[in-house]
Amino acid sequence: MRKITYKEALREALREEMRRDPTVFLLGEDIGRYWGGAFKVTKGLVEEFGDERVRDTPISESAIIGAAVGAAITGTRPVAEIMFGDLTALAMDQIANQAAKIHYMFGGQVKVPLVIRTPFGAGVNIAAHHSQSLEAWFMHVPGLYVAVPSTPYDAKGLLKTAIRGSNPVFFCEHKLLYPMEGAVPEDEYTVPFGVADVKRKGSDVTIVATLYMVHEALSVAKGLEAEGISVEVVDPRTLAPLDKHTIISSVKKTGRLVVVSEDCKTAGVSAEIAATVAEEAIDYLDAPIKRVAEPDTPIPFSPPLEQYVIPNEKSIIKAVREIA
Amino acid sequence: MYKKMFEIRRFEEKVFELYAQNLVPGTIHLYAGEEAIAVGVCSNLRKDDYITSTHRGHGHCIAKGAELKRIMAEILGKKTGYCKGKGGSMHIADFNVGMLGATAVVGAGLPIAVGAGLSIKLRGTDNVVACFFGDGASNQGTFHEAINMAAIWKLPVIFVCENNVYAMGTRQSTVMLVENIADRAIAYGIPGVAVDGNNVLTVYEAAQKAVERARTGQGPTLIECKTYRHKGHSRIDPAKYRPKEEVEEWLRKDPIKRFKEKLLQPNTLLETEIRQIEKEVLTKIEEAVKFAIESPHPFAEEALEDVYA
Repeated sequence: MRKITYKEALREALREEMRRDPTVFLLGEDIGRYWGGAFKVTKGLVEEFGDERVRDTPISESAIIGAAVGAAITGTRPVAEIMFGDLTALAMDQIANQAAKIHYMFGGQVKVPLVIRTPFGAGVNIAAHHSQSLEAWFMHVPGLYVAVPSTPYDAKGLLKTAIRGSNPVFFCEHKLLYPMEGAVPEDEYTVPFGVADVKRKGSDVTIVATLYMVHEALSVAKGLEAEGISVEVVDPRTLAPLDKHTIISSVKKTGRLVVVSEDCKTAGVSAEIAATVAEEAIDYLDAPIKRVAEPDTPIPFSPPLEQYVIPNEKSIIKAVREIA
Repeated sequence: MYKKMFEIRRFEEKVFELYAQNLVPGTIHLYAGEEAIAVGVCSNLRKDDYITSTHRGHGHCIAKGAELKRIMAEILGKKTGYCKGKGGSMHIADFNVGMLGATAVVGAGLPIAVGAGLSIKLRGTDNVVACFFGDGASNQGTFHEAINMAAIWKLPVIFVCENNVYAMGTRQSTVMLVENIADRAIAYGIPGVAVDGNNVLTVYEAAQKAVERARTGQGPTLIECKTYRHKGHSRIDPAKYRPKEEVEEWLRKDPIKRFKEKLLQPNTLLETEIRQIEKEVLTKIEEAVKFAIESPHPFAEEALEDVYA
């Protein structure tokens, strides 16, 4: 199968969906003519679809998302880009109070087919305002779906599902994944929401990981195999809806769970997954659940400081060894 | 227009009455005193045009053509309400008449109206959007972001500021140094006009121009309508911050009273015709109240429905 990057996979999804459905359009800061997006995801699309459908906006995050909401409830399918995940804070009312609640609050009268794409993740030395992983904020808002693709295949398939859906989707990308290559079929496919993917089969320990941490977990699994520890890596792919079934089935098999997530530990993604397993499958656990996440600090700038707070193979191995 | 204005006034009085009888859960923000704005603007709109609304939104719904009985049922938290009891007084929507919903976050409706305008432009139709908000909302960042965005893209949006002098208890003059909010339009390169919001004909004319401008692709307009709410901010507010003389002066400028006087001038309507209109309205409101009171509450488990489409 051909290999393309995560970034190209996202771009393919956008291009194919825009060709398929004339009501799909993109809006965001510098996504069009001059930049093609800060991370170049939308590069080249303006040439094919024009400035109307690949729409550069002022630096107005709240109006970008608000406009996307208004457009979504009146017959179009907007895909809004927020240049960095940290900046979603500027649009939080429109995301959490408007987009997420309109279907419910108005008694199901109208659908909100809206996608908000944004990159999270640390590791490129751009400090506290451009590096956070805030997936948990959005998991906490009923009415939003939250996608967390870790591979080019998942990125393309999940984005297509998001664009075709009837609900607002918060679509998390990861800066370090953009250049990563992976197999992506040329034929049409989608990836459903709420279906986790077992990225590697194993029998001794389950690691549930998301986004870039999936790859760290896979490296760890490979390394530990030589020592005779068989690690299963489960990638939820969407945090809302969360595929509890696949996670719990894996834990029932291995009896051990490590949850790895790049966000802060307190009230984070790892907390939710750990709590779910504790609540629904504690009798199957042979050891305490381990969480590997960022300490509760802002992301620091200096490389040694930044590397210290991001979960990595070393911290994951340590956690696995403590229970395996 | 008189009929609609009278309908809103009597509807709000009825809501107030039902609240006093403990039939309305939560709180209410009444539109009484501001009727000329919703009616003057919406009388220029087609059914397939859109509006966005605020926590003080009953008047907007009625003016845009939503059904009284389903509005009342929603206010009472009944299953037959527009939002099946999930929205209440501050969140009524009727997408069948282009009423895109009331948001209770001050200033949040402006970007949504811009999005509806953008959607109209992308789909190539000739609808317009009227976006209602208050003087308080004009101090939100969304006011700046949304009007600027609508201006640069020449979107068919009419921004209607209902300046009722007070944002809750905060007087306009203490939170902005400009006298006319309409002057802020200069910052976005669009027309801004301040009008007497208690004169329905003045509002109608200003809206007519703005709607025409929007429908012909010339972009947005900011209309500031100077008005006054007859009651406090919400049900619990006795509005003691307003000087008695000020309240009395505005009550003398009651938009319905003024319009009625105008209509009773020779060669327009006869007193008997007006009485007939008022009678019809009162009957309709009684029917709405009866419908709302007799309607069932939703089943408790319905709270879990409609989170996702």
